[in-house]
Amino acid sequence: MKAWMPVILRGLLLVLLVAFLLSPGSFEPLLKPLVQQNAPAIYNQGSLLDLTLQHLRTVFAATLAATIIAIMLAILVTRPFGAEFLPLSRSLVNIGQTFPPVAVLALAVPAVGFGEKPTLIALFLYGLLPIFENTLTALTNLPRSVMEAARGAGMTDLQRLMKVELPLSLPVMVAGIRLSVTISLATATIGSTVAAKTLGEVIIAGLQSNNLAFILQGGLIVGVLAVLIYDGLSAIERLLTRRLGIT
Amino acid sequence: MIEIDAITKRYDENTVVDNVSMVIEPRTVTVVVGTSGSGKTTLLRMINRLVEPTEGMIRLDGEDNRAIPGHELRRRIGYAIQGHGLFPHRTVAQNIATVPGLLGWEKSRIDAKVEELLTLFQLDAKTFGPRYPHELSGGQQQRVGVARALAAEPNVLLMDEPFGALDPIIRAKAQEDLLAIQRHFGTTIVLVTHDMNEAFHLADKIAVMDKGRVLQYGPPVELVRAPAAPFVETLIGDTERPFRLLAIAKAGAAAEPGDADGEPIHEDRSQQEALADLLWSGRNALPVISATGVPMGRVTLEALLKHAARPQ
Repeated sequence: MKAWMPVILRGLLLVLLVAFLLSPGSFEPLLKPLVQQNAPAIYNQGSLLDLTLQHLRTVFAATLAATIIAIMLAILVTRPFGAEFLPLSRSLVNIGQTFPPVAVLALAVPAVGFGEKPTLIALFLYGLLPIFENTLTALTNLPRSVMEAARGAGMTDLQRLMKVELPLSLPVMVAGIRLSVTISLATATIGSTVAAKTLGEVIIAGLQSNNLAFILQGGLIVGVLAVLIYDGLSAIERLLTRRLGIT
Repeated sequence: MIEIDAITKRYDENTVVDNVSMVIEPRTVTVVVGTSGSGKTTLLRMINRLVEPTEGMIRLDGEDNRAIPGHELRRRIGYAIQGHGLFPHRTVAQNIATVPGLLGWEKSRIDAKVEELLTLFQLDAKTFGPRYPHELSGGQQQRVGVARALAAEPNVLLMDEPFGALDPIIRAKAQEDLLAIQRHFGTTIVLVTHDMNEAFHLADKIAVMDKGRVLQYGPPVELVRAPAAPFVETLIGDTERPFRLLAIAKAGAAAEPGDADGEPIHEDRSQQEALADLLWSGRNALPVISATGVPMGRVTLEALLKHAARPQ
């Protein structure tokens, strides 16, 4: 009974989110008390569903690119021929993380213009570090006896990477992607300051018109998305870990 | 046949294996013993080129082991290590199929081989094939590790302390299994260990290594009879010597004509077991029977004591 509680709660959360996105109007009475008279309680400058999908698309594209680059980089620097690039790539990725996304936006706009592109660049740079560090940790901490057996069985370098190293690193890699996605989901909202179509629009509109209901619904949708995606990836990670017999 | 010819391995100024030469006969079990840091594992790993020698040459059946790329060489040579090193993300069957898969065997042939090996190692193919390594006991994991090493029917099997992580009871069973498998396939086995009991139990020939050199290489009885260096003597142990002699000799060899009462002993049991039997049952002699159950005479306490005395 207890084990099912979190699952039921998450299911309810998902149902609630979908219902709100498909028919925001039916939630109006709930949000009405938060706004001044005559002000709209539900975001009325565009479809919330469209904005959510755009938001997700932006985060997905940025995370996908960050995942590919970060994993490739981690593989490269753990090969014998790439070992000397390890310090360099570490500091590059760290800079990406420490540089505030707002500053990246400010710098990227003059170069690529307003819209989605600067947001993608900021999210991409911000998402690299967790995936890179996790992949690196996984690849450098593989069980010694397993690696020795793989070599002793006559696998080539590439076969070892594809058949042993990457499959064994997968759970830790997924953990890195999970962190990266969660950060990006929240950070993507600031993309709306440079005219990217994200849920940040709803929050900014709320701030500009002093509409608490707008701010709340924008924030809640992002928050619920983050919780659900985080949980989903955690579940995948647990599944992979159990397969490997690590727990 | 493995010919190790003046092989040396140096890491910077540190000589790990120092000018070692030895010939390992086909279809025999050779055990390399020594303390940690003696270079025994490095020597073993140079045979399948997990370590490349600094100087010297190793020939397998007359062919230089550098004639083909390292990974192809290793597919031809079985390799089993301490802690089994099974792939945790692959099932038992997939683990055993590793090398045949790399060699591109047909699926039906691989499946048949996996089943044969699992049966040989007393693991039911249907039950254990689909399981993951972490679902097995330590002894079962170790057996799967050896089965994987033998899957591509290698002529040579290298083993690096394969039983080191097992408890004594499972270890004894694993050693018996290994000898049975070795007789079954006629594999040439080179095994590294620091356990002298294991060495005496398994070896046709023992090589004693210390500080990168082979101090003595010969049949176990020779090591006891004529230790080439004080280190070999220490390794065998003063108080162990007579028992080691009895442990490596067969009861059948001490048989003499005559009768005795009580439970008989098989001719291929060791003389140490015969002695233990005599001491425990308080007898002076016990009957010996051949493998087929034919009486071969008796073994007396006196004869065993003579066998255990320092050889002249």
